[in-house]
Amino acid sequence: MSASGQQSQAAVSGAGVLTAPYTLEYTYRRSTGPLIGRFLAGLQEKRLLGARTRGGDVLVPPPEYAPGTGEPLVELVEVAATGVVTTWAWVSQPRDRDPLSHPFAWALVRLDGANSSMLHVVDAGLPERMSTGMHVRVRWSETREGSIRDIACFEPCEEAP
Amino acid sequence: MSEKPRVSLAPVRLEYRASAGRGLSRSLAALMEGRIVGQRCPVCAKVYVPSRGACPSCGVVLSEDVVVSETGTLVSFCVVNIPLADRSLPLPYVHGSVLLDGADIPFSHLLQGLPVEEVRMGLRVRAEWVPGPERKPSLESIRCFRPTGEPDAPFHAYMEHL
Ligand SMILES: [Zn+2]
Repeated sequence: MSASGQQSQAAVSGAGVLTAPYTLEYTYRRSTGPLIGRFLAGLQEKRLLGARTRGGDVLVPPPEYAPGTGEPLVELVEVAATGVVTTWAWVSQPRDRDPLSHPFAWALVRLDGANSSMLHVVDAGLPERMSTGMHVRVRWSETREGSIRDIACFEPCEEAP
Repeated sequence: MSEKPRVSLAPVRLEYRASAGRGLSRSLAALMEGRIVGQRCPVCAKVYVPSRGACPSCGVVLSEDVVVSETGTLVSFCVVNIPLADRSLPLPYVHGSVLLDGADIPFSHLLQGLPVEEVRMGLRVRAEWVPGPERKPSLESIRCFRPTGEPDAPFHAYMEHL
């Protein structure tokens, strides 16, 4: 963890109150565990993998344990690179570290073949082009290194045949 | 399939513009003049340094500024063995809680001028200021605390302020 305020930039605002930039940063390196590691390796090869529970649900991205029963999950199955937006929020003013530099939507996408939704970006251009239930497909990154950003974003598409 | 990634980078970064508030702003401004200023609670009379703006016990706004001493007692400390991002001090060094004379809560600062193994609770210390023109409205205007050479404060003198 590091916290830094550039005190030299301290400034006086109204009524003599001082303000300063303050950045709080946790530089985590996270162990991926057995299933997420295979999920990320799959992204590198343009494959989307989910975990199948005993009840037959497919969860993407795969958790290590089933949320309902707590059973350890081991079986991975491939799902489609197309899906449906289940909910979304429009970002009209992206910030420096957002995945896209132009307006976009954060959305939950349920991939075809999956029973859970994953959080990612939909590049629709305009909020009028967004709707719950809309169909989207993965746009892969040119360079892939086993990271969730191997999916550059989702983009609107026609319903999969 | 390629070898699975074992570690993913997941940094969390929060960028704020922090406001010191009125009381603390006056405390910080006073540091540029070489004075340590806190605020007294109108109900319980405790002196908070640096100012908190409000008394956490009584829930009332602090209003009266109080100049406290630049000498105090080390009431707690930590020996730092891991280099931190913004510090280039030789390891190990000591970060301590200093209860300034006239204050009711200790505040955290760097301790220098004594071998780490001789640092102890009750040690009497004094603020060492950076030269006036280099001071900023920041606790960094105090370079560190150093031992005064006085006898240690007895435990009962600070036991209520740990
Ligand atoms: Zn009080």
